[in-house]
Amino acid sequence: MWVATTKNARRSPLSSTVALKISMAVSGLIMVGYLLLHMYGNLKIFAGQEAFDEYAHHLRVFGEPMLPENGLLWIVRIVLLLSIVVHFHAAVRLWARNKRASGAQGGKRYHTNKNRKGIQRSYASFTLRWGGVIILLFVVYHLLHLTANIIAPGGRSDSPFERVVNGFEIWWVVAIYTVSMLAVGLHLWHGMWSAFATLGANHSRTRVGSRWTKLAWVVAGAITIGFLLPPWAVFLGLAG
Amino acid sequence: MKITVRIWRQKNANAKGSLVPYEMDNISEHMSFLEMLDVLNERLTLEGEDPVSFDSDCREGICGMCGVVINGQPHGPETTTTCQLHMRTFKDGDVIDIEPWKADAFPVIKDLVVDRGAFDRIIQAGGYISAPTGSAPEANNLPVPKHDADHAFEAATCIGCGACVAACPNGSAMLFTAAKITHLGLLPQGQPERDSRVLGMVEQMDAEGFGGCTNIGECTAACPKGIPLDVISRLNRDLMGAIARS
Repeated sequence: MWVATTKNARRSPLSSTVALKISMAVSGLIMVGYLLLHMYGNLKIFAGQEAFDEYAHHLRVFGEPMLPENGLLWIVRIVLLLSIVVHFHAAVRLWARNKRASGAQGGKRYHTNKNRKGIQRSYASFTLRWGGVIILLFVVYHLLHLTANIIAPGGRSDSPFERVVNGFEIWWVVAIYTVSMLAVGLHLWHGMWSAFATLGANHSRTRVGSRWTKLAWVVAGAITIGFLLPPWAVFLGLAG
Repeated sequence: MKITVRIWRQKNANAKGSLVPYEMDNISEHMSFLEMLDVLNERLTLEGEDPVSFDSDCREGICGMCGVVINGQPHGPETTTTCQLHMRTFKDGDVIDIEPWKADAFPVIKDLVVDRGAFDRIIQAGGYISAPTGSAPEANNLPVPKHDADHAFEAATCIGCGACVAACPNGSAMLFTAAKITHLGLLPQGQPERDSRVLGMVEQMDAEGFGGCTNIGECTAACPKGIPLDVISRLNRDLMGAIARS
C-alpha cells in the first residue's frame, strides 16, 4: 500500500520560504536605493574633475561635525554589507530548496524537448541567480579597483576623477563594466518586480500586466544606462 | 488522425522511468485527450501489456483529478484540464510527449499518477472555516461587496489539480495555497481564522518540500482555472500581518 507522509517537520513562519523572500526583497530594495544615489554621483563626471573630486571628498566629510570623518560612509557601508549578507543568505537557502523541490532540474525537469523555455518566463528570471553571482564578483573587483585603488589598470591616482579616467580608457575595463552593468540591469528587471510582489504590492492578474513590472523595467533601464554613460563617455573621449 | 504518443512509463515510486513511444491510428479529432489514452489502454490490454496508469474522475474539468504534462505544458497547450482538451488541438502526424507532474512533493506512484496528498495536508493545516452545521443561514445576513465576492469566487475555482506546481521552475505550491488564502480571506466567514490559516498553511507548504515563489508567473499561465497571480501577493500580505500580530 502506498503511504506518504510529510517530508519535514513544520517550522516557524519566521523561517518560512515566504519570510526568506521578504528578507530578500527588503535587502534588495535597500541596495537599489543605494545604486540610484551611486549613479547620481557617477554622473558628476560630466561636470568635470573639480566637481567630481569635490563630490567624492564631500561624501567623506558629510555631516561633520555631527558625524566623524567618513562617518556617513561607514553607516552606508555597514547597511550595505548587512543587506548583502541577508540577500546572499536568503538566495542560497532558497536556491538549494527550490532545486530540491523541482527534482534538482528546475524548469527543465521534463524529458520532452518541447516548450523547454516555459510559457511566460523571461530571460531575466532565468538568469537571476547566476546573474547575482556575476554581480557579486564584479562588486569585489570594482571595490579593489576604484575604491581601494589596489587594482589600478591605467595607473593609480589620489584623484577619484583620474582613477576613473585612467581605468576607462582601457577597452577591457570598459568591457568588464559593460557586462556587469547589463547583469545588474537584468537582475533588477525581474528582481525588483519580484521584490514588490513578495512585499504584497501586486494586484495584477499577470506578471507583465502589473504596473510594478513596468516600474522595475524603468528603474532597471535607468540604472543600466546611467552607470554605462560615464565609462563609455570616457572611452569615446567625450568626458575626462 | 495518426499520431505518436511518447508516454512516461514508471513501474513504481522507486523505479526509473522513461518515455515509451506508441503509434496510434484512427484517432478521432473529437476525442478528448483521456479518451485517446483509453483507446491506447484497450489496445495494450488486448495485447497483454500493462496499460498506462493515469488519474481521472469527473472528466468535466471540475474535479482536479486528471492532469499530465503534455509537450512540456501542464494540461497541454490550452487553458483547460487534460480531460477537456481535445485531439483537434493536435495535428495529424504529431508526436505528443506525456509526462506526470514532476515535483519532490508529488512523488510518482506509477506512470502518470502522482501522489498529491501534500495538497490535502496543506488544506488540513488551515484551508477551511470552522462553522456550526445545521440549516443554511439566510443568504443575505452577511453582506459581501460585489468585488470581494467575485474575487473570492474566482480564487475558489481552484480545483487543486497541481498544474501550478508542475509548471513552476521551483516546484512551488504558492498559487494553490494563496488561492485558498484569498478565497477565505476575502469573505466575512474567513476572518476569525485568517491569521492562523496563513501561518498554518505556509508552515505545512514548506514542510511538504515545495519550493519558494520567484514571481515568474508560469503557474498562472498553466492554471486550467486561470487563478490570477495577485493571490500570491495577498498571501504575502496576510503572512506579514499574521507574523506582526502573533
